[in-house]
Amino acid sequence: MKPKPNSRTFTRLLAVLLAFTFVVAACGSDDADSGDATVDTDLTVAIVAPSASEDLAFTQSMVDSVKAMGITPQITDGTFIVDDAAAAIRGYAEDGINVVIAHGTQFGGSLAEIAPDFPDTTFIWGTATDTQGLDNVFAYYPEADQGGYVNGVVAAQLTQSGTIGVVGPVQAGDAVAYIDGFAAGAESQGATVNITYTDSFSDVALAAEAAQAHLTNGADVLTGTAQMVVGAVGVASENDIPWFGTQANQTPLDEGLVVASQVYHWEVVLKEMFALIEDGTKGGQTFALTLENDGLVIEFNDGYELDGDTTKLAEDTIAGIIDGSISTGG
Amino acid sequence: MSEFFTLSVLVATLASGIRLATPYLIAALGETIGQRSGVLNLGVDGVMLLSAFFAYWTVLETKNLWLGVAVGIVVGFVMGIIYGIITVFFHATQGISGIGIFLFGLGFSDLMFQKQVGTPRPIKQLPDVSIPLLADIPHVGEALFQHNLLIYVAFLLVPIVTFMLKRTTFGMNISAVGENPQAADSLGVSVAQTRFTAILIGNTMAGLAGAALTLELGIFQANLTSGLGFIAVALVYFGAWRPVGVMGGALLYGLVGATVVQLKALQVIPRSVSDIASMAPALLTIAALIVLAGRVKAPSALTRPFSRH
Repeated sequence: MKPKPNSRTFTRLLAVLLAFTFVVAACGSDDADSGDATVDTDLTVAIVAPSASEDLAFTQSMVDSVKAMGITPQITDGTFIVDDAAAAIRGYAEDGINVVIAHGTQFGGSLAEIAPDFPDTTFIWGTATDTQGLDNVFAYYPEADQGGYVNGVVAAQLTQSGTIGVVGPVQAGDAVAYIDGFAAGAESQGATVNITYTDSFSDVALAAEAAQAHLTNGADVLTGTAQMVVGAVGVASENDIPWFGTQANQTPLDEGLVVASQVYHWEVVLKEMFALIEDGTKGGQTFALTLENDGLVIEFNDGYELDGDTTKLAEDTIAGIIDGSISTGG
Repeated sequence: MSEFFTLSVLVATLASGIRLATPYLIAALGETIGQRSGVLNLGVDGVMLLSAFFAYWTVLETKNLWLGVAVGIVVGFVMGIIYGIITVFFHATQGISGIGIFLFGLGFSDLMFQKQVGTPRPIKQLPDVSIPLLADIPHVGEALFQHNLLIYVAFLLVPIVTFMLKRTTFGMNISAVGENPQAADSLGVSVAQTRFTAILIGNTMAGLAGAALTLELGIFQANLTSGLGFIAVALVYFGAWRPVGVMGGALLYGLVGATVVQLKALQVIPRSVSDIASMAPALLTIAALIVLAGRVKAPSALTRPFSRH
């Protein structure tokens, strides 16, 4: 007997399944149909980002910042695949969105192809330190080493063992800046910093094991960056280990153990970009978040009590970075 | 490098490897049963994501860990029914329909997470259970007998699945329909029923694997599995469709991953080669598959739909 697949039935089934999948994927772009409410500007805005809108990390920092400006953006999140992101970026431009934020270093190659096709659209791209020579692209990046340095200085006051563990993702962009700044800050206070890059932005289990490995090797304070650190925070919670966050305020992950988070307030530079756009400048400039311009803010968790000396040291460190008397090594 | 060879680090690395191996092992054992019956399921990762989300959400809402495990299993079972209908009764091409299941699981788990939870919120993790007497064995006890219950269950499943495949009529039927469905059919074995049941078991185990992952971590986020289900499918080939071989593959994958992480934490692996070192588990699996190619034989009817007419 030779098997005879019922190809017509299968085709129908596959079509239904794929259609449903596409519907689900479309629904996943949370606020996809609501690009209207604007307070500060009439510009329509869309965000394309690699992880979930509420990841307590990279993507959420941008979504929160745009919403803080009184703008309700259209969002396509979870674009782990760059081609998917490229399709979304182009789609928003074709739909006539005024400002498309491509929130991911990895989207740069796609943007170099797409941006010239839509000269009337402004593309905002980061984290990136240049606009690739494109006149309708603004670039942005955080000087994450600054907040990392402050977190490192504070972390060094909390460690009893003198060893601090760091869980990083891929060695790229602001992750490297944060981690290098953190190490410089902690080491300036005499602490030893062990760094693990898991080489994945999404492997939560590996991040958890990396944190566990740091504890095995004597670390009693942890930090990390990118969306997979939720696994590492879980290990910190399980072992009662203080945690330092970055990108977004990570206090909700453990209200008793998250000491402080370096929070990105992209709205600081976005406002400047929007003003330029409304004045007719479509791009060509790069903006940085810093402690000085309040784009980087160290948000301490009220639920974690720091002694007065440590708080003072943190404030002095922030002031020193701003006035240039402290170098973060970045 | 010498720090790595201290007892405490070796014990921690072994324990870490076992934890990392567990979701692979459960999912791959289930996939082994399915593939032995002739059905390839590339949707394992999607089933795991769905089960992981619903297990997580259940625990988040009820605080009941075991209810979460049960929900994860049920979700796997339901996905098994869907996949079984698609592949067994509608004779769909298994590779394509498996990818459809994966995409559905990836999208739907993310959608549900965004709508029902939003920001990642920690849940209680499965507590470690020390096995009386065995856990007290110096060093060995810490590495092998102080884990959460699902880790023990995963390794207990190896002899159970082996026994089922080798010593039971149902297991024999699975092998028969996977090797020569026409012959099995002529002997009165219901190919459709056997394959459907194998798919149900396989997907249910994928559901358990998803629950084990999220409850070990105490968190869920989009794409939590990060492709883990696809590695599980590869491990079935690695293990030559034998549960013990699959366990060996899962342990190797987990232990190599844990060793790399430990060596990075000890700063033995320099940052400049960190990314290359991270590829070690995958490279090892590929190398093993190349070595094994030609030496092991896949079920003859694997991926081939069966119809009497």
